[in-house]
Amino acid sequence: MDFEDSPEEAAFRKEARDWIKANAPHDLRPWLERSPYTAVELPPGMDEVAAQKDWQRRKYDAGWACIAWPEAFGGRDASPAERLIWEQEEGLFRKLSTLFLINLGISGPTILTCGTDAQKEALLAPCVSGRHVWCQLFSEPASGSDLAGLRTKAERTGDGWTVNGQKIWTSFAHEADWGLLLARTDPKLAKHAGLTMFVLKMDSPGIEVRPIKTIHGHSEFNEVFFTDVFIPDDQRLGPVNGGWRVALTTLMNERLLAGATVDTGFDELLDFCQRFETENGRAIDDPRVKSQLAQWAVRASGLRYAALRAISLESKGEVPGPEHSIGKLVAGSMLQDIAKFALDLQAEAGLLVDADVALYAGRFQVMLMHSPATRILGGTDEILRNIIAERVLGLPGDIRVDKDIPFDEIASARA
Amino acid sequence: MNFDFSDEQRELQRSARGVLEKECTTAKVRRVLEGDDGFDREIWSTIAEMGFCGAAIPEEFGGLGLGYLELCVIAEELGRALAPVPFDSTVCLFAELLKLAGSDAQKALYLPRVAEGKLIGTLAQAETRGAAAGARAAVSGGKLSGTKCPVMDGGSADIAIVVAFEEQDAAPTLFLVDLSSEGVERTAVETLDPSRKHALLRFGGAPAERLGARGEAVDILGHVYDRAAVLVAFQQVGGAERALELARDYALQRVAFGRPIGSFQAIKHMLADMFVSLTIARANTYYAAWALQSDSAELPAAAAAARVSATTAFQHCSTNNIQVHGGIGFTWEFDSHLFYRRSNLLALSLGSQSQWEAKLVDRMRTRKAV
Repeated sequence: MDFEDSPEEAAFRKEARDWIKANAPHDLRPWLERSPYTAVELPPGMDEVAAQKDWQRRKYDAGWACIAWPEAFGGRDASPAERLIWEQEEGLFRKLSTLFLINLGISGPTILTCGTDAQKEALLAPCVSGRHVWCQLFSEPASGSDLAGLRTKAERTGDGWTVNGQKIWTSFAHEADWGLLLARTDPKLAKHAGLTMFVLKMDSPGIEVRPIKTIHGHSEFNEVFFTDVFIPDDQRLGPVNGGWRVALTTLMNERLLAGATVDTGFDELLDFCQRFETENGRAIDDPRVKSQLAQWAVRASGLRYAALRAISLESKGEVPGPEHSIGKLVAGSMLQDIAKFALDLQAEAGLLVDADVALYAGRFQVMLMHSPATRILGGTDEILRNIIAERVLGLPGDIRVDKDIPFDEIASARA
Repeated sequence: MNFDFSDEQRELQRSARGVLEKECTTAKVRRVLEGDDGFDREIWSTIAEMGFCGAAIPEEFGGLGLGYLELCVIAEELGRALAPVPFDSTVCLFAELLKLAGSDAQKALYLPRVAEGKLIGTLAQAETRGAAAGARAAVSGGKLSGTKCPVMDGGSADIAIVVAFEEQDAAPTLFLVDLSSEGVERTAVETLDPSRKHALLRFGGAPAERLGARGEAVDILGHVYDRAAVLVAFQQVGGAERALELARDYALQRVAFGRPIGSFQAIKHMLADMFVSLTIARANTYYAAWALQSDSAELPAAAAAARVSATTAFQHCSTNNIQVHGGIGFTWEFDSHLFYRRSNLLALSLGSQSQWEAKLVDRMRTRKAV
């Protein structure tokens, strides 16, 4: 057991640190500190897409964009420990890759694992360099947690497929050049068995993207409508009706992605409590505040060390199981609870949202309004608990009345 | 960077588990719980023969000189088995206090016998009036007077390290007191977990020998409590994991409404949350084990984090284990209460959760301010 860097690791860390020091946009630091995870907010007038593409491109040119990938596709075959070191060193600037969360965490790895050589050749470089923005077209109005119940259909036409239907909760669809689409190709098969994965260009005729205004007033998500959209067959990813297996690869990546980046809000809260004066002195001197802080502190450090443990297992050639994806489950409700706690300390001042008037630049107010999403996206808290209960603890699966019957006989599909 | 125990340490864990599963059944735990024996002597001598008592005692003092990581691995297995033996008092506190503050002569006198399992030692600090009241026991002219309670293994210990004020000092000192000497009176007291016995010790002019420098008790205890907190946290993690397993096994086997109760989400999610608590605690204790082994400056904060998270996890798992079992889990015959008792004993025996929470935050902020 050793938490110190080996000499090789220390050398790698130095290389990463030096590069960040020389190349990162340090003037954006205060803005990134304020930005909630998944919604980067930059100075007024700054083009957020351009700024993120620029940072991604710089990393790509220097070989830092996807270090764990094979060298042939822009990576450096980095070890799990090196991946962690890079994550630690990039730190706050990771938020500047928010626009590419799907690229790097989902589409890229899926193409890498399931794509043909031609698909890899054509798609991976622009995916990693940030030239293309990707979105993930999975969820639908009637299938969220029950993803395999999706209804958007792709039908054979000539040398390709015609797609009709609707997707929802699609992050970045309005900026995206490419999408990863899961569609139903055979409604006569059971629901998991009749799905196929595709990649498609988001400027294909017949695609309409409509933003959804969410509870904090921004439009991070979209609805995407498909009307007779044509996809050539060489943009099919994996076998016909083999899409569920491809999706599982993707979903595991999504959960790991969400779990590896442990933003719990604890560091902000500790900092705030050390500065904030209540009528009884510094907040941090209040025993009730201490007690609450300590409970969150151990969760934050526990997640950090659990992630390190997963990386150690990976280094030994083991595949970390679903038990290592508790990060999102713990962090989601922590963000929400921490925001409420910090606002409670502020009393009436906690109502204020305007960053110029609100305490601590309104960061906890932003956290409060963003945090509900964390508990839903990429697997709700309840789905994650099911996964832990079933796959880790070996408890029986939920009763699924629609599992083994043809999709077109399921009540919701007929509705 | 390697965040796991070595193959040798894993092997030690397997052999410890194998022996304890055979020798330290819950029937044996109950025998101590329901009886008057201070602890289970058979299990204690088995443990001693395997070298567990002296794992972290240097070879020059009769130990194996392995190190703290090995001791952590052993502690986890003892916690899992709810071992009714004086490990905390003798190995985690008494031996650690001697190692840190003892003179060479004191170490040479006591440590080899601890390593052999022949000497039971303990720490007598509390005086029943809660932490804030502080100690009142006093030493004058080498004689100790005062009352200590509760003292873990106070009924069976051969020797105690007592916190007391020397003459009119403002700060307390540690003293070694032979409990067989005149002027020592012991009374058994019942606690939340009678599988680990406690006593009230009344000293009326018992001979006391100074341990460490005069007036340094607080400092020495602070360091040793951090070490002990890590070792106890491993016991708590071991107990929590076993309680979770028992709950899981019962949920798979018990049928209600025509289904195993483990197929209902209310139960599944309860168990998943127990697993999350355990995972958080395990990660923190591993980090603290490293800090302990490498004598890192991180130890104070890491030990407090391990302690707080492990206390939470063991109490969470042992409490919900009863809930999953329903009525049967509330009976004397069923083992659930053994875990419930131990989790609540360990949650208090090195200081309360809120005290450790305050320590953790104070240590984090000191570290930040530097």
